Amino acid sequence: MPAFEGATAGPAPAGQTYELRLYVAGQTPKSVLALANLRQICEEHLHGRYEIEVIDLMENPQLAQGDQILAVPTLVRRLPEPIKKIIGDLSNTERVLVGLDLRVRT
Amino acid sequence: MLLDLPFRCELPKTLTGIRGFDEITRGGLPTGRPTLVCGGPGSGKTLLALTFLVNGALQFGEPGVLLTFEENAEEMASDVASLGFDLPELIATKKLAVDYVRVERGEIEETGEYDLEGLFVRLAHAIRTVGAKRVVLDTIESLFAGLKNDAILRSELRRLFSWLKDQRVTALITGERGAGLLTRQGLEEYVSDAVILLDHRVHDQVSTRRLRVVKYRGSHHGTNEYPFLIDADGISVLPVSSMALQHDAPMERVSSGVACLDEMLSGKGYYRGSTILVSGTAGTGKTSVGAHFLDAACRRGERCLYFLFEESPQQLLRNMRSIGIDLEPWVAAGLLQFHADRPSRYGLETHLATMHRVVADFKPTVIVIDPVTNLMTVGTSADVQAMLTRIIDHLKTENITAMLASLTPGQNAIERTETTISSLMDTWIVLANEEVGGRHRRALYVLKSRGMAHSNELREFALTDHGVQVLDGTDERHRPSRRKHLPEGLGQHAGV
Repeated sequence: MPAFEGATAGPAPAGQTYELRLYVAGQTPKSVLALANLRQICEEHLHGRYEIEVIDLMENPQLAQGDQILAVPTLVRRLPEPIKKIIGDLSNTERVLVGLDLRVRT
Repeated sequence: MLLDLPFRCELPKTLTGIRGFDEITRGGLPTGRPTLVCGGPGSGKTLLALTFLVNGALQFGEPGVLLTFEENAEEMASDVASLGFDLPELIATKKLAVDYVRVERGEIEETGEYDLEGLFVRLAHAIRTVGAKRVVLDTIESLFAGLKNDAILRSELRRLFSWLKDQRVTALITGERGAGLLTRQGLEEYVSDAVILLDHRVHDQVSTRRLRVVKYRGSHHGTNEYPFLIDADGISVLPVSSMALQHDAPMERVSSGVACLDEMLSGKGYYRGSTILVSGTAGTGKTSVGAHFLDAACRRGERCLYFLFEESPQQLLRNMRSIGIDLEPWVAAGLLQFHADRPSRYGLETHLATMHRVVADFKPTVIVIDPVTNLMTVGTSADVQAMLTRIIDHLKTENITAMLASLTPGQNAIERTETTISSLMDTWIVLANEEVGGRHRRALYVLKSRGMAHSNELREFALTDHGVQVLDGTDERHRPSRRKHLPEGLGQHAGV
């Protein structure tokens, strides 16, 4: 993400609902960790205005193509636009917040 | 030798249906294993891979999956449509599944551990959807541009290739040629079963494509570089066929089309499947001797191919008509086909590959290459010799009788310039212009003809309305009167 975009990417405006999708492939330690990390971050920073949909590609493999999923876990911010993708177990809270445009990249 | 070795003890193989390729790999790609095909941009990797898939679906009843990382993947369908590949139709009939993978460069935030299970899931889903036996990954190295963690990528690629083996699919993975490596990311380290290298070289503004099997575990394979073609018919590789000199030596003889010349060749003409060199300086009648040969062959109902490297077919037809040889009816009857090309248009290898393909398509029993010396302008004499060895070898294997016209630069060099190729020739006829008493006299002699008691005489001949007329004897005083006694239409009707 180019640095200059950081100027407009402050904390989310109040009332804006975050529609998040977490793609996992089975109940692996990585996916369990990613979901736990995500819930915690959302509770802390997006309390009351987020939705998390977990998609298990083992059950719905055909859904991988649509969102261009390669890596798992992949978190997709579908709303607000533009779509953002964060891959990994979301263990680095700082980077997740930056990826979700909840914090300015430093 | 390469093609004659027994196929026993080899791994099961999957035919690609690519002409020539299945021969040099002795049956195609290793079944159920991944093969890496690498080469620079525009070297034909994607086309090779797609042909493998399409042929699998259409010819061998093996559905395929294409997982493509190329940014212009949609354009690909229209590109290959010109080769008769109808990708949308194959997809509609479930013979092919295509998944376009987009890796948004730099737009993905990475935090913590991840793996590429999503890619595996997509691939598995596509394989299941069509029941794929063949898989192409084109070009998976693009992942390295999109994702930052090389360590994860590498271990996941290693896992992917072994996963592909578990799926028992025959996979073709393309990779971009890298500096000092076969592929940019050293994929050859992971795909250890078979590696094919494609090369596209430009030398003296002439481009040549070559293919080499770098590695093929558990299989014999040709280690040479093989020229290959990409044209309207798709991709075809020219196998450098057996260098083992194991072709049959047929006893059958074919007329030269000139009765007196047949006589000089122990009365019966050339051996079928032999190679004949006709050399001489400009205007000595090489093409006429060739035309007689073709005319006689067509009269016997044989199929003939005429490679022209100097004249256009129209020019040749007109010129030969002027000496009473009308080849046009044979063209109309489909017995004679011309293939005219400027030598400078391609590299030697491409010429060779083209000739190989044209011969395979037309299935002639007689071919004429006129003049073969023009090809020497395209390469060094060593290259030309290598190429001629290949083509002659192939022609002999196919029992095709070949006549090569060779232009000698100057009077004194008659027997010198062809030394590079003469050893390959079974019969060598030398044509000469001699200046006697302010007048040119045409003469011919048989310099060599293996396996027969040929005449050693230097015979005078004339190019008449009835073609080449060898004059009886060499005594000049009797020549004018003897000419009248020659049977009418000697050359033209000989050998019927």
